[in-house]
Amino acid sequence: MLELDKLVELIQTFLSDSIGIDWLVKLIEYVLIGVGFLALYAVLALILILLERKICAYFQCRLGPTRVGPWGLLQPIADMVKILLKEIIHIDKTDKILFKVAPFIVIMGSFCTFGALQFGKGICGIDFNVGLFYMIAISSLGVVGILLAGWASNNKYTLIGAMRSGAQLVSYELSAGIALLTMVVLSGSLQLSDIIEGQAKAWYIFQAPIPALIAFVIYLIAGHAETNRGPFDLPEAESELTAGYHTEYSGIQFGFFYLAEYLNMFIIAGIATMVFLGGYQPFQINAEWAEGFNEVMAYIPTWAWFFGKVFGLILLSLWVRWTFPRLRIDQLLKLEWKILMPISLLNLLLMTVWVLIFE
Amino acid sequence: MEKIQEYIQKLAPKAQFEEGGQYPTAIVESGDLRKVAAGLKEKGFDYLMCLTGMDYKDSFGVIYHISSSKEKKTVIVLKVNTTEREEPVIPTVSDIWEIANYYEREAYDFYGIIFAGNPDMRRLFLREDWVGYPFRKDFVADDSINPIPTKVPKPDDYESVPYYTIDKDGKLVKKVKSLFENKDCIVNIGPQHPSTHGVLHLRTKLEGEIIKKIDPQFGYIHRGIEKMCESMTYPQMLYLTERLDYLCGTMNRHGLCLCIEKAAGIEVPARAQYIRTIFDELTRIASHLIGWACMCNDMGSITAFIYGMRDREKIMDIYEETAGGRLMINYYVVGGVAQDIHPNFVNRVKEFIPYMRKMIEEYHTLFTHNPIAKGRMTDSGFLTKEQAVALGVTGPSGRASGWSCDVRKIEPYAAYDKVKFDEVLHQGGGTFDRYMLRLEEIEQSLRIIEQLIDNIPEGDFRAKVPAIIKLPAGEYYQRVENARGDFSVFIKSTGDKNPYRVKFRSPCLSLVTALDPMCRDQKIADLIMISGSLDYVIPCIDR
Repeated sequence: MLELDKLVELIQTFLSDSIGIDWLVKLIEYVLIGVGFLALYAVLALILILLERKICAYFQCRLGPTRVGPWGLLQPIADMVKILLKEIIHIDKTDKILFKVAPFIVIMGSFCTFGALQFGKGICGIDFNVGLFYMIAISSLGVVGILLAGWASNNKYTLIGAMRSGAQLVSYELSAGIALLTMVVLSGSLQLSDIIEGQAKAWYIFQAPIPALIAFVIYLIAGHAETNRGPFDLPEAESELTAGYHTEYSGIQFGFFYLAEYLNMFIIAGIATMVFLGGYQPFQINAEWAEGFNEVMAYIPTWAWFFGKVFGLILLSLWVRWTFPRLRIDQLLKLEWKILMPISLLNLLLMTVWVLIFE
Repeated sequence: MEKIQEYIQKLAPKAQFEEGGQYPTAIVESGDLRKVAAGLKEKGFDYLMCLTGMDYKDSFGVIYHISSSKEKKTVIVLKVNTTEREEPVIPTVSDIWEIANYYEREAYDFYGIIFAGNPDMRRLFLREDWVGYPFRKDFVADDSINPIPTKVPKPDDYESVPYYTIDKDGKLVKKVKSLFENKDCIVNIGPQHPSTHGVLHLRTKLEGEIIKKIDPQFGYIHRGIEKMCESMTYPQMLYLTERLDYLCGTMNRHGLCLCIEKAAGIEVPARAQYIRTIFDELTRIASHLIGWACMCNDMGSITAFIYGMRDREKIMDIYEETAGGRLMINYYVVGGVAQDIHPNFVNRVKEFIPYMRKMIEEYHTLFTHNPIAKGRMTDSGFLTKEQAVALGVTGPSGRASGWSCDVRKIEPYAAYDKVKFDEVLHQGGGTFDRYMLRLEEIEQSLRIIEQLIDNIPEGDFRAKVPAIIKLPAGEYYQRVENARGDFSVFIKSTGDKNPYRVKFRSPCLSLVTALDPMCRDQKIADLIMISGSLDYVIPCIDR
């Protein structure tokens, strides 16, 4: 009905019919896809910013933004205009090149991951046989940008922030990776479309309830830590390090860090959705009596399923962020190396046994 | 009392004793000071409450108010004088009472009195390039001596620390040492930092994330309030007290009011005493709420911060109705309160009490029982009772270390002797003890208000006070318990309508000096949390 893959096909046939030159069609398509993703990236960031401000306001018995537009709807746009107009401050005694490159690396890492998400049936930038591996690999690039930002700023606060960030991301990348690996054992494929298709009848979290649930929880914690948001916001820790690694940035350079942080939240939720919650697959009950129910569920377009699940997970992450106090660096590392890491390794073993017995 | 007098006489045969003062007072010669001080410390007088520099025009002096952590009611006053005006020297007592280190720096800053043997003789509040000593009576406040800089001044030299010793021939020798070494990694936390609770500057030596040494720098908000008071009449002075510690303004003002009333012999009507006690306790709750909220914010929990501010707002509303102000309410005047309470006051306070009790439960659910918060608070920031007494850490932070130092119990004032309440004591001295103690004190404050609110006696809310208040010549000292500890007012009057010297004992100075021993070998994140748990207010220190 409201599926978008028809639209994609329509554009494809229209372009190849009217132009006919193969490479030119491809080129136009690439440009279109790139522009589309950039627009989606920006719009999602705006939505997430407003959502966070509103939701955290309600958590804190406040109203949040109300002045710009009805219900404060235009607030993120006003913010964006402000951030674009702000002066980019050039600081002496910084490493000029690295200082400028750092925000680009951060946003590039996040954008490249974004391109591989499967937003709906047939809507994705790229779908190749090592999709999941690619996502884990490329999303870790962001930490390089953060380290560079902290180092190049030539400021002790930023340096401490960057070092914390390095320690944190390198540690939590492990459990997140192993949690995803656990699911790869179940699915038998690294290709994202395969992983999602494998959940058409039942989401993986229901297919192997015990190990999948453990992996899901671990991934949520580790993923939350990778986004540098509270209670894992040590690299920024505004009450300790003023703003951590991006203390010295202003204007759009700061905006890049800000955007990447919000989009990383979306990406982590997106990966969790694809791997554990069936991606764009509707909720199905595998029983005779539930046929009607399944029909209704399947009627809802796939992209709506994807965004619905993702925003559900984002809501969870906001809830956690605005409730917990910040961890201390030693507690943070202890949580990873003494608790999450052993559990996820055992869980990987459990999943292997599970797959051997039941499938 | 007689015994102590004899004891001092034995230590210093030349000591003289003043009669008729508020506390037993001994005047000792500067040569005997250290002997007497050490002797008193041995006798259990381990708490140096206040150290006041004086300029008697013909001589300089220092007044020590000394008390004991065991016999809490006993206070002894020691006085030392020196007639030298060019380079007045008095031996240090900083090795006997640790906090004297900072108090002596203050006296040096204001009067130029050199404390021989003090390991650190930097100025405490003023810049090193300030010319002259502003509290001396012959100080000329001329712009040409200390011009407002029009060029970028040379960066402050924070590193070199001058100190003075007396060599074998009895001559004063100035020496300079360095605070840090060249290879040390020093991080300036403040003066512009979100978590220093004001313009405090902490020079922090770090090894990775571990703190090795903290050197606090004060004076960024020094307004010379004590100096300003010397040229004001007594009722005018009241307005400055709320600018000291803006979170417990009413209590500071209460201290000064009580001191003036005691000196002038003004009887405060019972109604005013009750109202003052209720207002003091409301302020204590508001202040503890801010303390709690800011500490949670320092630990990264912004939601808790907003919850604390929300409930404090209720108290602000109660203030506004009766006094018209919200933060600095300027409600107490000499002889009582400025106006009678609002007809709604009693009802609103009665509504507030059960509400606050419910909210404390919510705080416990939200924050106290949170495993991350508890994990961070229980294993850091320990201050032993001995350290607390030596550094004069009073108030909630002192009581969390097991030192019973509540002035409301020691020297009851206003209506505190008419109510039942417990002095909350914890023995651990850790961050979690201080955190819990504040919330428990809120409950005690509610209890006090509950007992008073229905029994406010009828009658005048203000005593008849002469239009011009003149205090009889003498020295007056008044302690009150504010939300951070023992706040004291010292007034020396010569019988004029202006005071000759005013000194406010700030409880916050002790709290900041306690940061260094508490934070050594802990993480930066702990420093922020511990300073939040101490809950100091900088304008109170800088004065």
